[in-house]
Amino acid sequence: MAAELQGPATSRRHFLIGIGVIAAGTAAGIQLVPRILRDPRPAADFQPHAFVRIASDEVVTVIIGKSEMGQGVYTGLPMALAEELDFDPKRLRVEFAPVDPAFNHPTLRMQFTGGSNSTLSTFDALRAAGALARHMLIAAAARQWGVEASTLRTDDGVVTDGSRRATYGSLAELASTLPAPSTPPPLKSRDRFRWIGRPQKRLDGLDKVTGRARFGLDVDLPDMLTAVVARPPVFGGRVASFDATAALAVPGVVEVKQIPSGVAVIARHTWAALRGREALRVEWEAGPGATLSTETQRAEWRALARQPGLVALNRGDAIAALRRAARTIDVEYELPYLAHACMEPLNCVAHVRDDGCEIWVGTQNQSQDVLFVTKALGIDAARIRLHTQFLGGGFGRRASTASDFTVEAVHVANGVGKPVKTVWTREDDMRGGYYRPFSLNRIRAGIDAMGLPIAYVHTAVSKPVLAQSIFAPFVVKDGIDPTTLEGSANMPYAIENLRAEVHNTGEPVPILWWRSVGHSINGFVTNSALDELAAVGGRDPVELRRALLAGKPRHLAVLDKAIAESGWGQPLPAGRARGIALQESFDSIVAQVAEVSVEGSAVRVHRVTCAVDCGLAVNPDQVVAQMQSGILYGLSAALYGEITLENGVPQQSNFDTYPILRQSEAPAIDVHIVPSDGPIGGIGEPGTPPIAPAVCNAIFAATGRRIRRLPIQAALRT
Amino acid sequence: MIALNVNGQTREIDADPDMPLLWALRDLLKLTGTKYGCGAALCGACTVHLDGEPIRACVTPVSSIGAARITTIEGLSGDASHPVQRAWLELDVVQCGYCQSGQIMAAAALIERNPDPSDADIDAAMDGNLCRCGTYPRIRAAVKRAAALKRGEV
Repeated sequence: MAAELQGPATSRRHFLIGIGVIAAGTAAGIQLVPRILRDPRPAADFQPHAFVRIASDEVVTVIIGKSEMGQGVYTGLPMALAEELDFDPKRLRVEFAPVDPAFNHPTLRMQFTGGSNSTLSTFDALRAAGALARHMLIAAAARQWGVEASTLRTDDGVVTDGSRRATYGSLAELASTLPAPSTPPPLKSRDRFRWIGRPQKRLDGLDKVTGRARFGLDVDLPDMLTAVVARPPVFGGRVASFDATAALAVPGVVEVKQIPSGVAVIARHTWAALRGREALRVEWEAGPGATLSTETQRAEWRALARQPGLVALNRGDAIAALRRAARTIDVEYELPYLAHACMEPLNCVAHVRDDGCEIWVGTQNQSQDVLFVTKALGIDAARIRLHTQFLGGGFGRRASTASDFTVEAVHVANGVGKPVKTVWTREDDMRGGYYRPFSLNRIRAGIDAMGLPIAYVHTAVSKPVLAQSIFAPFVVKDGIDPTTLEGSANMPYAIENLRAEVHNTGEPVPILWWRSVGHSINGFVTNSALDELAAVGGRDPVELRRALLAGKPRHLAVLDKAIAESGWGQPLPAGRARGIALQESFDSIVAQVAEVSVEGSAVRVHRVTCAVDCGLAVNPDQVVAQMQSGILYGLSAALYGEITLENGVPQQSNFDTYPILRQSEAPAIDVHIVPSDGPIGGIGEPGTPPIAPAVCNAIFAATGRRIRRLPIQAALRT
Repeated sequence: MIALNVNGQTREIDADPDMPLLWALRDLLKLTGTKYGCGAALCGACTVHLDGEPIRACVTPVSSIGAARITTIEGLSGDASHPVQRAWLELDVVQCGYCQSGQIMAAAALIERNPDPSDADIDAAMDGNLCRCGTYPRIRAAVKRAAALKRGEV
């Protein structure tokens, strides 16, 4: 099972999960047909690979190991398999995979969804599985007709010799008796793709417009109970004592019990559980977190940013270059804690029985969830079954480094003997931590007499994200968490002397990756600082970027596309201005031009022009959708998003105090996919980093006011 | 027992009179297409129709409904044939999909009373329905398309 984490494979080579790795795959823990999929099935089912099942009734099912949280893997991944199988993807059925090594990331050896790598890390393996199935179906037809396989071809679900035709379903039973070929069948070249690269409607569309799609919160099982948990108001707090008398008197409440994270109220339905929790009396021990406040944190971190930190990168001699610079800037950029605020609040159903534990959850983190549940219950992973549901948003929150909402639900259900759904209210979710880290960044930079940057020093202060995770031993070296400086220390801009330092903080606030992780912070820092350098040097911010991206044709093509389509330089109505930002993240390059006006403290974003190079765009309309998505998610945060602390307590709790963008505030968005023969890049996250700096740079162009603290609305009020 | 008229059927529930319609629909009647998002009429995920008007089920006590007709996403059409659902599919609006039942119910109520909504009409009718995935541009286009479909245009 997946629970034994071995860490990343030393080889970066992407294993083909399939027949090609029967020999090589053992070392990576890969097995051809997973344990759970060996359940008895009708003999006529042909399952040559863990990823695909072909039934005699012509139903072709693709089994995906990735979680669908809006980003479109439910459609894009099956397209890859269908392309090689030669089967129109719109007729596919899709299933979420069980937790099984067959669905592990090829190098990280875990089953999870994140890092915008679902397509790039599984594309070839899915295609290989499709090609394998097609090869064996052709072999079955050849045997049936007594002809050479080489005389046969396929056409969308049918094997034919030109006159005879046999559907895949009719060949499934025979194909299931044939041996797999000794070498993997070849894959198509890109120019022969029939469906990949053409817009394909979402395969989950129908279920999601009819209310039939089952999210975690919709899971309903016989005898199921529903729980809510009273958790400490301050991070790191504990239950001192509690009195359940009144809670137990609420009709429908069946049990109140202490668990490691608080006190659970278990009831026959959600309303009873909520009423029970209102009646529950808990005395809390606040702990050291009660001294935390955003104001003091800001002051302490600003002081830290003036101290030498751990040196993560030292290219050239940035300190000496600063001294000889013609002009310099010394500025601080501050970004707040952010909640992910998925539309579906956190939840998880668990049923702990004598024979094991069954879990139904919308999670991004299957392998780690199972591993942490083995520890919580002291049982073997083989006795845990996890059923992945649709996720009503993820954005990283459903890949919690502690599997917090899954493990908690197991604690709630343990001993109850029935399935229990643990439900988080919006307030629970928003005050539950696992935020994007609060981040303070000092930038000292200098330009030469020509206005070109010659020195750049970034001192970052924040709690490191990856260091909190199971990946920490493999990626955090000498105290440097690569996510703290991603998109800064490795920016694509050619600045000769570059120094990056970090201060790792350790406040008791759980923090987490938030859509685009460090890039959502450093995209703002880097693109804002470049804009400031352009301004002090008297250079156009686009022209300066072009100069610093010389020799990077893909970046330049993306920049030029956004500039051309946005009408950069052309007149605008009075009061409007444009701003530009470009960020490379998750192997894709995105540039955005925001068109903005400001009245008082009210910012209006009228239009965003976006250009993206993501290599091969498997499902182009979903690339467009993810750019729209990343932009609007980032814009909500840029304008409004902040979690602040007073006496350790988050001051925001619902959409009144943590506003998100509304329909009337959403700008027009034009997305342009730049044709590219580059490798497949990510698409779920790279749309987010450029929007905040593009908007802030436009605000500067419109008003002369530089926004160095997010959210924008808070900065403009001060 | 409280009787509710849900999707054309009379359904009896054993519920506290203060129980919000949302939890009655989801937990007691197993109509889970209507979603919980905020519990405070701040996000619109729980939007259903009461005698054709959009309401927030999360703040509507079951005892306040009486004989009014409740329509949920499950009752909008049995087969996604409602113009709003057709337009949503045509423009591939959904992403995570969690807010979409509420968006669709709000849009259906809008085009029922306004055969040709302007951008300002769409802003006014849809501003209470939040989406975290950023489907707003497609929702705007799909509302217009749904209105056109309802007018009989192809």
